[in-house]
Amino acid sequence: MSSGKLDKKSGEYAHHFKNPEHEFKSSIEGVWIFLTSEILMFGALFVGFFIYSNLYPEVFKYGSMTTDWRLGATNTLVLLLSSWTMALGIYYCQKNDKQKAFMNLMITVVCGAVFMIIKYFEYSHKIHEGWMPGMWFTGFDNLHHVLGEGVKIPDNIALYYSFYFMMTGLHGIHVLAGMGLVTWVAFRAKRGEFGPSYYTPVEGIGLFWHLIDLIWIFLFPLLYLI
Amino acid sequence: MAGHHIVPFQTYLKVFLALVGLTILTVVTAKGMDLSPFNGAVAFLIAATKAGLVMAFFMQLLYQERSNSIIIFGSFLFVMLLFIFCVIDIYTRVPVESTL
Repeated sequence: MSSGKLDKKSGEYAHHFKNPEHEFKSSIEGVWIFLTSEILMFGALFVGFFIYSNLYPEVFKYGSMTTDWRLGATNTLVLLLSSWTMALGIYYCQKNDKQKAFMNLMITVVCGAVFMIIKYFEYSHKIHEGWMPGMWFTGFDNLHHVLGEGVKIPDNIALYYSFYFMMTGLHGIHVLAGMGLVTWVAFRAKRGEFGPSYYTPVEGIGLFWHLIDLIWIFLFPLLYLI
Repeated sequence: MAGHHIVPFQTYLKVFLALVGLTILTVVTAKGMDLSPFNGAVAFLIAATKAGLVMAFFMQLLYQERSNSIIIFGSFLFVMLLFIFCVIDIYTRVPVESTL
């Protein structure tokens, strides 16, 4: 790419912008527009979740009883911590401290990894019990074991797991993508490619990472608590 | 550069602590007390507050151009539209057994 030749840290900018400030603001606005498409994609799943949980309250009541809120809460705290260190990563780029910027960005990546490891244990437990989406659901006996023999479990209980795996799965893919992107800017920060006058990639990827946190903030109470 | 706003470290720390506090609050209200039928509403309200904090400070909407706020709230508006029209459709259906 031709823009790769520009030394943006020293104040150079692409010719179709008025100044570096204009370039920065345009890039960030572009990221926000991308984030709207993410919100619309997840939004459709949330709308489906609200409507189906209203149509079949028992399905979602018994379904959420099979998730462990302690694991969900731990993952919430892990992602909040990662969002904070992501913000600090940008802060230290602005302060021209590349070592602290690298450290905070890497803590963000590690938090993402911890989140995915906890998610792996949750998934393997559910798969082991046969609590799978739609036609793959085989876990009626194991559900009775957890909820009690006398409980009348709705026939369409698999609906809960369809939403659970779809929503957390799509979110998990975003966490993995985010981890890769944050690693990339972390090493660029370590090489000293960013400074107070140029840190656009860190800011943009930071916005993406905060969106991942934002979505989990809503997924946690819906899937684990209510 | 003149236009770049640097949010103070203390602000980030306070926002992070507030988010942790709200997470504890949402667990306590959902697991520790029975607020039915408002369980869902309370959890959603706390989640919306947390989302507001993340967007205002971590995503720096407070310090950026107004247009970025309009863009992102526009997407919320369209999700609401999707929700409203789905609800209008599904809850006004007449059962097939009806003689209407």
